[in-house]
Amino acid sequence: MVLIKRIFAALITCCASLPLFAGWGDVNMTPGVNALSREIFDLHMTIFWICVVIGALVLGFMVYLIVAFRKKEGDKPAQFDDHPVLEMTWTVLFAVILAVMAIPATFTMIRAYDDAEGDINILITGHQWKWQYEYLEDEVSFFSNLSTDLDQRNNIAPKSDNYLLEVDEPLVIPTNKRIRFLITANDVIHSWWVPDFAVKQDAIPGFINTAWTQVDEEGIFRGQCTELCGQYHGYMPVVVKAVSPEDYELWVNEKKEAKIQQALLTEKLWSTEELYEIGEGVYQTNCVACHQVNGEGLPPVFPALAGSDLVLNDKAKQIEILMEGVQGAAMQSYAEQLSEVDIAAVITYTRKAWGNDASGDGEIVIPKEILDYKNNKL
Amino acid sequence: MSAVIDSHSDDHHHGPAKGITRWLYTTNHKDIGTLYLWFSFLMLFLGGAMAMVIRAELFEPGSQIVSPEFYNQMLTNHGLIMVFGAVMPAFVGLANWIIPMQIGAPDMALPRMNNLSFWILPVAFGILISTFFMEGGGPNFGWTFYAPLSTTYAPPTVTFFIFAVHIMGASSIMGSINIITTILNMRAPGMTFMKMPLFTWTWLITAYLLIAVMPVLAGAVTMMLMDIHFGTSFFNAAGGGDPVLFQHIFWFFGHPEVYIMILPAFGIVSHIIETFSRKPIFGYTSMVYAIASIAILSFIVWAHHMFTVGMPIAGELFFMYTTMLIAIPTGVKVFNWLSTMFKGSISFETPMLFSIAFVALFTIGGLSGLMLAIAPADFQYHDTYFVVAHFHYVLVPGAIFGIIAGVYYWLPKWTGNMYDEVLGKTHFWMSFISVNITFFPMHFVGLAGMPRRIPDYALQFADFNMVISIGAFIFGLTQLLFLFIILKSIFAGKQATSEVWEGAKGLEWTVASPAPYHTFETPPEVK
Amino acid sequence: MSDQSSYFVPASSRLPIWMAFGLMLFVLGAGYTINDLDKPDSNSYWILIAAFAVIFSVFFFWFGEVIKENDKGMYSDQLNRSFVMGMQWFIFSEVMFFFAFFLALGYVRIFAVPWLGGEGEKAIANMLWPGFEATWPVMQTPDQSLFQGPKENMNFPGFANVGHWLPFWNTLCLVTSSGTITIAEHALKKGNRNSFKFWMVMTLILGYTFVYLQGLEYYEAYDHMGLTLGAGIYGTTFFLLTGFHGFHVCLGAIILTIMTIRGFRGAFTKDDHFGLAAGSWYWHFVDVVWILLVLVVYVF
Ligand code: HEA
Ligand code: HEA
Ligand code: HEC
Ligand code: CUA
Ligand SMILES: [Cu+2]
Repeated sequence: MVLIKRIFAALITCCASLPLFAGWGDVNMTPGVNALSREIFDLHMTIFWICVVIGALVLGFMVYLIVAFRKKEGDKPAQFDDHPVLEMTWTVLFAVILAVMAIPATFTMIRAYDDAEGDINILITGHQWKWQYEYLEDEVSFFSNLSTDLDQRNNIAPKSDNYLLEVDEPLVIPTNKRIRFLITANDVIHSWWVPDFAVKQDAIPGFINTAWTQVDEEGIFRGQCTELCGQYHGYMPVVVKAVSPEDYELWVNEKKEAKIQQALLTEKLWSTEELYEIGEGVYQTNCVACHQVNGEGLPPVFPALAGSDLVLNDKAKQIEILMEGVQGAAMQSYAEQLSEVDIAAVITYTRKAWGNDASGDGEIVIPKEILDYKNNKL
Repeated sequence: MSAVIDSHSDDHHHGPAKGITRWLYTTNHKDIGTLYLWFSFLMLFLGGAMAMVIRAELFEPGSQIVSPEFYNQMLTNHGLIMVFGAVMPAFVGLANWIIPMQIGAPDMALPRMNNLSFWILPVAFGILISTFFMEGGGPNFGWTFYAPLSTTYAPPTVTFFIFAVHIMGASSIMGSINIITTILNMRAPGMTFMKMPLFTWTWLITAYLLIAVMPVLAGAVTMMLMDIHFGTSFFNAAGGGDPVLFQHIFWFFGHPEVYIMILPAFGIVSHIIETFSRKPIFGYTSMVYAIASIAILSFIVWAHHMFTVGMPIAGELFFMYTTMLIAIPTGVKVFNWLSTMFKGSISFETPMLFSIAFVALFTIGGLSGLMLAIAPADFQYHDTYFVVAHFHYVLVPGAIFGIIAGVYYWLPKWTGNMYDEVLGKTHFWMSFISVNITFFPMHFVGLAGMPRRIPDYALQFADFNMVISIGAFIFGLTQLLFLFIILKSIFAGKQATSEVWEGAKGLEWTVASPAPYHTFETPPEVK
Repeated sequence: MSDQSSYFVPASSRLPIWMAFGLMLFVLGAGYTINDLDKPDSNSYWILIAAFAVIFSVFFFWFGEVIKENDKGMYSDQLNRSFVMGMQWFIFSEVMFFFAFFLALGYVRIFAVPWLGGEGEKAIANMLWPGFEATWPVMQTPDQSLFQGPKENMNFPGFANVGHWLPFWNTLCLVTSSGTITIAEHALKKGNRNSFKFWMVMTLILGYTFVYLQGLEYYEAYDHMGLTLGAGIYGTTFFLLTGFHGFHVCLGAIILTIMTIRGFRGAFTKDDHFGLAAGSWYWHFVDVVWILLVLVVYVF
């Protein structure tokens, strides 16, 4: 028994000291980088210490009881069974402690909910499983996908520092400007969280939630989707890059320029190989999640593209599926998310890869066809 | 005794029937209690095995043993099975065994329905588990099954999930009607409400909560069914509905549900602390009022699970305040337990050890709950491992420890044999330590920003997750010891006296150990 | 009535396990049938039919058993009190079931629809649904291509036209029937069996008329008004509330039919008629739900 007790004691000590080995930031909330996040952090620390004190008193008293009143030969336990004054006292005491916590919490709450217009308004849309950012004033819009590759996730390649917290295109915001986020979703509920801003808002399909931030230092801030949104919920990071207002202007202009360049590419003459190659890349970032690397999908929910009758024989229908999505299924529209070139390329890819050998109605799809589809719709 | 009864049922005054039909056809509250308890134990192991899969996957960053899709199925079914399969049936089992004996009744009020409410549980869980083998796999949308992930985007097996939930609800409602009726109608003469044992009191209020909220859950899943298959738009903004509506309905059920999972444990622990402190329970009256206030408050706090869905600010504040209020009655209970021990003569048999750990660790879980109740702070806590830490503290060293304590306390009464005290203590210390290794570090990773419900995580959370997983494996293996101890006391062990524990109070300790198949056919007189 | 003080504990019984079996068939049958709705050649509904067969037989034998035991005088007053309480708590659970649907209706009317239509605290949602206006009943849904709104609705047309408004006649039927069943019960208590039978039959006629009119209303809704389950949130709440209520009326009517038949065959005495009393509470309960429903679904 003694030995067992010693081992237990050692174990407890080890555990209790674990946090000491880790850095403070690994065991506590981040104070964040703006006024609101710091305020919430302070509130957190206040209630935390109140709780620690209450907890310590309760547990300490308990240890005292265990030691002082263990059964001894011939002792006579007291027989009292209530003490109304004492009971009233602690009931009132609890109420007072709670009031002390509730008052600062109320003020912080009101500030967090302040809903004034921002200098910059960004519409954030959650999709399975990526975020879309639209700058309402600047008409810039793009998607932000996880960029950690599969080899790292499958433990084949070494994991990078920002494993699972890196994206192909981060949200860019200027410092010292009031940014207002309009958050919604396209399919299921997601939740947009950046701990450093203390912003966590659910993205509800069909409704818009608002949140705001104002960052005073440049930097890269990382967060994640925090509402279970399907199988790749864990692979839906948020990355925000705060830059100086000047750099922000530059970035916006670059974005606009790139959009014009894209449009010109639809005019170019494409070879099958070129399309196939681009398509493979597009497929890897956008489609593998559901249709899998080998094109087999995960039936019955995610159909196989390899050998699919539709893919092989119905080019028009496939274009339509990619442009419109499939109502009520996870298959969404890629019309906004991918350029004409990308869409043409990925269709070409699916018609050629995994032993698919589409020849009906011309083997490849060229960007022009996608553009035509778009124009016809208008 | 009237002649009618004798002629009608020949097995009435003898022991139970032989063979499997004893269990299939039984109307005896003790048999049914036993069935419930074994069923719940099985489910604890099944849900626990799923937790082990979760912990193995999270042992290290990177994909380990299961796909993300299967991880979600594990997570969902772990939650569902633990809540509806392990904790609730365990409490109903204890209620079946103990309440009639505590109030001096010959049996439950409606014995045939009692049998029915048990036997539809295996049906419900059988169907739930069989979805794993159907096309599309089992439910994968979390135990809270938020729409539209559980409607438009759910696998086709969600239909079976919905019906399984209906059946679980029917079982709980029938079980609760039975318990309420038993308590209200079948107390021995002289047992007034304010003389009722606390376990009976907690169950009376729990049963009331159950009857009030299980139908609401049934309503919620019915709406899901309609949305999925019949074109309605409850949870779809395109038709004028709202996905958040689902959450309101779910949590209107869900929050009272978490008190359903803790109130009976409060009752058990009150008895045990009283017995082993050799002192009457402190503040019986305030205990009863505290339970009632917790139950009433539990109906108006539900949206504290939804602080981030974007409710109007008045809602946020209202639900924050009401939630915080619950700390008052709960604190009253904690302080009453401590005062019961004060100036007592305390001995530390296994049930008492588990009860003391219950009070200590439940307080930790309650305090983290209070932190979660602070709405603006919850913006940072919500859906992180801090929440997971909170609810495992109130559920595992809370509800589960309460159940384990109750099992040790009443086991000699059931089997007639004492359990092995050395093994019992070992079980306690192993559980106590490993439960903390498992769930305490979750606070840290949660605060540091690790979201819940993810199969893979960023590198800075790696160390703690490994510790957590190791703790979880130890805790899981320790429970095999529990099984062994129970089996051992069924088949061997020191003969228990009727009183079992020195100075234990209550009618259940006046009958022989093991308790005869039929007790109190003539009601005892309570003074 | 018996006067013994002991509580009757039935011997072990096969009925419950058969009921559990029936419910299992029911879940499997209903699950497969619903999942196969779009596969016309599926045979799953046979499981469902088998389930109903099992469940109804069990009910038949179960109640038969209870009636037999009661007739033998095995039930003490205390046990009868258990039945009474059991029934009361069951009705309470039903109240809570309806509560969920009323809650849903209240929420969409007070919050969701106005927000989508650009009113109230979360009015900004209207950005996603340009052109959608918040009205109740919702005649134009936010996305008409997915949920085609109804052409007409069932709302109260004003006192002038109340005669053409089916819900008015429905209300009349149901409220009157609550009265007639009370009269029947009183008659039974006074020992006036003929009057009891007469008023029971009246109750049934009124009850079935309600069911018939409700059927007519649904037919109208589907056929002329474009008001369907898929007609957006108005159709959704309308059919779910009235539908579940109608379903409960049917149940109540079946219970009362059985009670009436038993009454005609000489069952029930002045002071022992729990089955009838339970049926009548249930009937009053559906009546109260209906009145609430008329107010929030049809009138306001
Ligand atoms: C047995 C189950 C149980 C119990 C008893 C509780 C008890 C409490 N819970 Fe918990 N809770 C859950 C089970 C439970 N919870 C579950 C399962 C979830 C997650 C569901 C999911 O999302 O999957 C959850 C989630 C949850 C949330 C949502 C978090 C989020 O998702 O963001 C919140 C927020 O307010 C909360 C609060 C509370 C509070 C205030 C109590 C209070 O009742 C606690 C009261 C107790 C004390 C405070 C300690 C003792 C008191 C004293 C010693 C007196 C002195 C103290 C003071 C005066 C401060 N809980
Ligand atoms: C009463 C309820 C209850 C209980 C008892 C438990 C018990 C445990 N839970 Fe559970 N848990 C929930 C209710 C409960 N949980 C709920 C509601 C959720 C939320 C789900 C959701 O998000 O939808 C959750 C989620 C949850 C998560 C979060 C997953 C995520 O968010 O990604 C984790 C992670 O560690 C976890 C772990 C554990 C562990 C290790 C135990 C252990 O205590 C289990 C110990 C028991 C056993 C292990 C069984 C007995 C032993 C054997 C079967 C022998 C075999 C053992 C070995 C091989 C080692 N649980
Ligand atoms: C979020 C998951 C998801 C992603 C990502 C996804 N799809 Fe799909 N896809 C689906 C689902 C689900 C269906 C089945 C829709 C239905 O018919 O119900 C589908 C159907 C299809 C079909 C029709 C297949 C058939 O045989 O019916 C094609 C072609 C297709 N997807 C191509 C793509 C391409 C190309 C991409 C990437 C640009 C992609 N999908 C990305 C989920 C996805
Ligand atoms: Cu998106 Cu989780
Ligand atoms: Cu809660």
